[in-house]
Amino acid sequence: MTTDRTTAASEDTKAIDVQGLRKSFGELEVLRGIDFSVARGEVVCVIGPSGSGKSTLLRCVNLLEEPSAGRVTVAGTEVTDPDVDIDLVRRRIGMVFQSFNLFPHLTALENLTIAQRRVLHRDRPEAERIARANLERVGLSDKASAYPAQLSGGQQQRVAIARALSMDPELMLFDEPTSALDPELVGDVLAVMRGLAQDGMTMLVVTHEMSFAREVADRVVFMDGGVIVEEGTPERVVGAPQHERTRTFLARVLDPAAAEVSEVADTGAAG
Amino acid sequence: MPLSKRRRARLVRGVQYGVLVVAVVVFALLADWHQLRMAFFDVEVAKALFPDIITTALVNTVLYTLLGFGFGLALGLVLALMRLSSVPPYRWIAVTYIEFFRGIPCLLVFIALGFGVPLAFEVALDMNITVMLSLGLVGAAYMAETIRAGIQAVPKGQTEAARSLGMSHGRAMVSIVIPQAFRIVLPPLTNELILLTKDSSLVYLLGLSLTQFELANFGRDALNEHKSLTPILIAGLLYLVITLPLGQLVRRLEARTAKAR
Repeated sequence: MTTDRTTAASEDTKAIDVQGLRKSFGELEVLRGIDFSVARGEVVCVIGPSGSGKSTLLRCVNLLEEPSAGRVTVAGTEVTDPDVDIDLVRRRIGMVFQSFNLFPHLTALENLTIAQRRVLHRDRPEAERIARANLERVGLSDKASAYPAQLSGGQQQRVAIARALSMDPELMLFDEPTSALDPELVGDVLAVMRGLAQDGMTMLVVTHEMSFAREVADRVVFMDGGVIVEEGTPERVVGAPQHERTRTFLARVLDPAAAEVSEVADTGAAG
Repeated sequence: MPLSKRRRARLVRGVQYGVLVVAVVVFALLADWHQLRMAFFDVEVAKALFPDIITTALVNTVLYTLLGFGFGLALGLVLALMRLSSVPPYRWIAVTYIEFFRGIPCLLVFIALGFGVPLAFEVALDMNITVMLSLGLVGAAYMAETIRAGIQAVPKGQTEAARSLGMSHGRAMVSIVIPQAFRIVLPPLTNELILLTKDSSLVYLLGLSLTQFELANFGRDALNEHKSLTPILIAGLLYLVITLPLGQLVRRLEARTAKAR
């Protein structure tokens, strides 16, 4: 259903549109021609082994990385156009990092208000009202005056999500949001993200959480070696992958012990 | 029976203490305590110094230091930002400036500004301006390097998060990076303030009027007047009154930073 919606979608229903995207770091080509798009309201999870270029793809969407070639369009604005004011586009894109990147010198509330005030020029009462509403949305209304160092990793990441939401973004990018968390703290963050998806937020999520991808994503993209190997519904990509590379990756992620055994068997057969 | 290693170590330490005690006793017996006291702590001379040594000298030392520090800090911040700029000429200017002023004695700058500039350009600089420039120009070179290191110590993710929220480069610097950088460099900057406090004594070169005396000059003047070392001792103690609390502050700031990490 989702695939139909994307292919049939006209330009302005696309939240993200990426065409012929390439990115090199010196000699190393990390993205080798990516074409893909995300429809408004869609939740897309990008999976793949480390070094496959999935984080770089995400960072090219809000131009934290400058693409070497290709076009990236976000909500109708081509961000790769040199004449576009990237600051104006970025305020419409929420970004959540693996390492949270909260501002340690500011309280949770100030983390949520500073960009509202300095970028959107909201006055203090309005910014604080919005900030408190978003802290409540992530279940941390009692932590408004806490500094990041006083919060657990899971709480910090939820504050980071609330910070992005306070800018009223049209879409949200998540770069491995739970990878730096202790296992017991992952659930709270995923619950917040699930809530966002239910509220209809457009989300592009780079993740290793297969259960989250399976339950929440409209579409899963599998990347390896700087290209998209396959994409489709979670049932197809995670449940019944078509490509060998996808199968190998999933076997490794879903059951590391079994993958090791099969790998030993493989090398044994080869030798 | 040969001595064990531990016993021998204890014996050696005992001998060292013994030598020290003997040295102190010999010094105490031989020293002319009366003359030492008259030279270094003559109560009459000490009394004569007050209150001027506080109301004029100490106040002026603090004033000169703060003038130099304030100007140096502002210029140092500008230089640090230039040093980190993506525009190459800015970096070249900053590097040249820093290398130059870090490499020459502050004394030379005092002479250049105090005598050279007035002679060459036929302008008379106000005393306070001369002090501010001389101390600030040199201090800025050191502080620029300190601040640059502080800015670079702020994780890259902080800038990325700020830019992702739509902040411009300048806004991200002002609201996010620089406040954190200053927290990091507070201890080394306080050290810089201590160094400037001592360097402020170089104003004596400029030829001061009585109301412009700072601690070192005041002490030297009183030394000539009373033929006693007492003013020097007291001036020295008053420097410590300024610098010791600052040193204490540095230690507390460092402890706090260590805890926050």
